[in-house]
Amino acid sequence: MGRRFFEVIPHSQVLGLEVIDAGDQWIEARLPYADHLVGDPDRAILHGGVITTLIDQTSGAAAALSMDPPEVVATLDLRVDHMRAADVRRDVIARASCYRLTRSIAFIRCVAYHDDPEDPLAMSMSSFMRASSSHPSMVEAGS
Amino acid sequence: MSRLMDLAVEAREVNEPQRLCDMVPYAGLLGIACREVEAGSLLFELPFKDDNVGNTMLPALHGGVIGAFMEHAAVTQLLWNRETTSLPKLIDFSIDYLRPGKPELLFARCRVWRQGSRVANVAVESWQDSERTVATARMHFLLSQPSAVSPESG
Repeated sequence: MGRRFFEVIPHSQVLGLEVIDAGDQWIEARLPYADHLVGDPDRAILHGGVITTLIDQTSGAAAALSMDPPEVVATLDLRVDHMRAADVRRDVIARASCYRLTRSIAFIRCVAYHDDPEDPLAMSMSSFMRASSSHPSMVEAGS
Repeated sequence: MSRLMDLAVEAREVNEPQRLCDMVPYAGLLGIACREVEAGSLLFELPFKDDNVGNTMLPALHGGVIGAFMEHAAVTQLLWNRETTSLPKLIDFSIDYLRPGKPELLFARCRVWRQGSRVANVAVESWQDSERTVATARMHFLLSQPSAVSPESG
């Protein structure tokens, strides 16, 4: 399910995002290093915005997976703290988990790292609106 | 100074802010364009393309793409202001999504609320046709200044 969530998203395919593992309320995904995703041309490290995309998508997937059946979700807000820059020419892994699910909202934590989640590149908190919510203004097209 | 900063200074001298977008690979991948609309203030544009979609059902732009576009806008505006001698380092990034990004041109502009000698606080707004706000974001960046010994301003 988590894997399919990633495969149907065009920009996810452009980035080459891949699911590593997933459970009921969490998912882990990898962003492979690529030269065209660089933010600082002087040093081959990934653009901060690519990390944002990785975190947004992994967090959204964790939100969807925490629902039975999984629902379409829309990001309401996302905050990312960047502890340090990514290492040169290295993949980044994101692990997101849903720590609270209400009738309308999923609350998600996410950590981005190279080898060890205890040594994070970035940490994030976000909230997502469920499609089944009675106020799905962000999820529907004509808002 | 780094090659990037040399290019940034050159872009400012010849008054071509688009060069600041062209030198960043991921900005090129997304297709970000920018131009100066009033003295010192840049307008950013993200033309629609299928690769930037996050939801094929609506369809809608990927939330991460909108965030990356706005972050790039903030960095570029700081480079354009020439208040830093190296690439500003992102400390934190916070974004509110107000509407889905429709499959059309997306705009962004920045407001540098405060720029001290070490930290800049930047707000970015993005919108589509007739000023419909798609997202608002704010960020802090760590800067490096030529005179590192000068006290914090303000």
